[in-house]
Amino acid sequence: MISFETLYAAAPALTAHAPVLMVAGPLIAACVAALSPTARTSWMISVTGSMFAAWMALAITGEVARHGAVDYYIGGFAPPLGIAFYIDGLGAMMALLVSSAGVMASIYSGHSLAAEVRAEKHTHVQAAFLLCQAGLLGLVSTGDAFNAFVFLEVSSIGAYALVAIGEKRDRRALPAAFNYLIMGTIGATLYVIGIGFLYAATGTLNMADLSARLATLGDSSVVQAGFAFIVVGLGIKAAMFPLHGWLPGAYSFGPSLIVIFLAATATKTSIYLMARFIFDVFPDGAAFGRNFIAWVLAPLAATAAIVCSIQATFEREIRRILAFSSVAQVGLILLGLSLATILGASAGLFYLMAHALMKMTLFMAVGGLAISLPARRLDDFAGVARDAPWSATAFAAGALSLAGAPLTLGFLAKWRLLEAALNAGQIWIAATVAIASLLTLLYVGRMLEAIFFRSAPAGAPRAVEAPVGVLAPVLVLAGLNIWFGLDASLPEQLAGAGAKALLAGAP
Amino acid sequence: MIALPSSLNANLVIGIALLVMLLVVAGAIVRTRSLLAAIILFSIYSLVSAVWLVVMDAADVAFTEAVIGAGVSTIVLLGAILLTRGEVEKPGWRALVAPALVCAGVGGLLIYAAAGLPALGDPASPANAHVGRAYLEAAPKEIGAPNIVTAVLASYRGFDTLGETAVIFAAGIGVALMLGFGPHASPLPPAATIGDHHVVLRVSAKFLIPLIALFALYVQFHGDLGAGGGFQAGVIMAAAIILHALVFGLRDTMMAVPPRLVRSIAALGVLLYAGVGVACMLNGGAFLDYDYLFPPAFEKQVPGWLLGDPEHAHHWGQHFGILLIELGVLLTVAATMLTIFYGFAGRTVEAIRQERGA
Repeated sequence: MISFETLYAAAPALTAHAPVLMVAGPLIAACVAALSPTARTSWMISVTGSMFAAWMALAITGEVARHGAVDYYIGGFAPPLGIAFYIDGLGAMMALLVSSAGVMASIYSGHSLAAEVRAEKHTHVQAAFLLCQAGLLGLVSTGDAFNAFVFLEVSSIGAYALVAIGEKRDRRALPAAFNYLIMGTIGATLYVIGIGFLYAATGTLNMADLSARLATLGDSSVVQAGFAFIVVGLGIKAAMFPLHGWLPGAYSFGPSLIVIFLAATATKTSIYLMARFIFDVFPDGAAFGRNFIAWVLAPLAATAAIVCSIQATFEREIRRILAFSSVAQVGLILLGLSLATILGASAGLFYLMAHALMKMTLFMAVGGLAISLPARRLDDFAGVARDAPWSATAFAAGALSLAGAPLTLGFLAKWRLLEAALNAGQIWIAATVAIASLLTLLYVGRMLEAIFFRSAPAGAPRAVEAPVGVLAPVLVLAGLNIWFGLDASLPEQLAGAGAKALLAGAP
Repeated sequence: MIALPSSLNANLVIGIALLVMLLVVAGAIVRTRSLLAAIILFSIYSLVSAVWLVVMDAADVAFTEAVIGAGVSTIVLLGAILLTRGEVEKPGWRALVAPALVCAGVGGLLIYAAAGLPALGDPASPANAHVGRAYLEAAPKEIGAPNIVTAVLASYRGFDTLGETAVIFAAGIGVALMLGFGPHASPLPPAATIGDHHVVLRVSAKFLIPLIALFALYVQFHGDLGAGGGFQAGVIMAAAIILHALVFGLRDTMMAVPPRLVRSIAALGVLLYAGVGVACMLNGGAFLDYDYLFPPAFEKQVPGWLLGDPEHAHHWGQHFGILLIELGVLLTVAATMLTIFYGFAGRTVEAIRQERGA
């Protein structure tokens, strides 16, 4: 049993500044990476910057577990005049998730990038990756609604460019990135229009202040429109069904570095922000909020879980299978949150972390194989387990976790979701989770069957085991899928604290 | 001639006229099949909205819209259509159904919300009464910058501005990744001999370029006092260099201002901005708290008369902080605009064909 209170305590001076250092660290590292002379140095800077951010995130998580939510007034101006960071249990959980995903992706990129992108571009690729990371970390730690928009943009613009450079391998990366750019920009624009309406109605941008002032306003058309714009805008960013059109392309054609990072974090941080608005910023029990959860969010999430699982079953390319599966799993996360109970929210957040871990494992393993095997279709991966046993094993661990096999993290995550749905008396949500799990079993079975039990056709290109630098992070993540399946106290604590913070009322 | 009863109504009439113009231009953009015409119309759209923003008394925003929307983005788009066909096919009506529905939905929602908005300029509206009013009251005391917009932009919400500078940096990186390393022609100036018909252009450009650069610096340092600042100045500075490239040829410009250097400057700008934040932190303040920009021991050494008005002497941390971060913004914006221009400018169809063939 590990407890965050005792895990790590940073020096007080460092803890005091940790929230902003966590964001400024990768941001500064991005500039240094862009200035660095060679691909190798930029990779080292990227790893260092990510590790620094993770260190700060760890310090914050410990601090939040010990003393409750952390505030940081940037520029020394108290809110609502200035921008303030506000990190509670939920923010700490997200920060830890994003920064650890960043560390894993940056270590992994040392080898994978060389196969996918020309060496002269590496310094800029790492810079864009670090900017993306800084943006997501800022997004989960800020307590200011407009500042969140700025960070949403910082992270997205880095991500668009990174998806587009997948074109060296497959020209289809270009339309995919363009699609992602347009959809993402529309989402961000709708969000900022919504913030504009909220500002017109309340005169403030600080989330806590917004929440206090909205509670006194009652129903007004401006607030309702603001709510609608914000949830639709963030819904696009979170790949909420049916606004997920950008995701399969972006996840299929981007280089591994960004795909594994996006798969673990991008939609999750938008879900985080949406949950913040629905549960914290907008007044508790406002009619439109409740109606939205009951009549829009939950049904769409359920549809995503079923429909996209079926789509994943019929896809031929391995990365597209995983991408559609991601949209389906986003549906399951949102279903958990839509229960709006402590148990439901904590199950949703637990699922969010579990999904981040397993999708990262899967995309990493596929990316590792793709270094030597420039293939996309599932059939091309037939019999890969014989050539690259370690990568295949890691893939299997992630896939079993995704399918919810016992003794894996995925099993616990699904179990808790079912439990929470039954506890809240929502039988149909429990049924949806069960059906989606069965469908997951189908496409996971298809992938495992091809990789392990089919033999490669004669004369087909053979895979080579991924290099150690790639294999090490993959195996660590695969191991975590099993470890947390046996002892889930760590993610459980984080999810529990996050759910409590989310549903405690004002942010 | 209709006599207008008050100045407010004059504003209203101008506002309606400008909005009608926007509507007409937007309609024309949707209808036209020529990309060139669409780009010019976009430029007009930006210019009209800049005028409209001036009418709304948002001079800073209007300035930015004019230089970026009407100025640089037009140049970039013109560069981009060199690589494509100049016309687009007319889409079938089926392709228009979904976008039309989305537009109708968004428009309907906007109209629905507008009904509940407070009157424009109402001093009692939340936007003017709460934080907005607090800025007006606190900024002269806390920041000392005469232009409240700058005080909000650079001090109170300086972190947002850092984020926006990072967005611009990211956009520059994106363009550099896509186009910056690719095949590039190094085109010669339009005609190489003296006495050709470009000579007027060249002589006037030689006069204009230093003046434009000087104006950029004016806008940069004037940001404390009135409309202006790093964003606008950066774009104007880039425009001076782009003008050089258009008239004297890309090759000469790239020799004077190499793309690699430009990319580094973009990173240095953000680094400077974030570095100011870290310096404040090292001196015991919060990130970007310019009051702590200089260590107290150093501050004591500086004689008060050096800073002009002794009453505001204690604001000089804020003053220099704003100057430094605006410099960072200038560097990043100018360098990014140039990176984008370089990315498009040298990338001719011939150069791409050559690379494919090779």
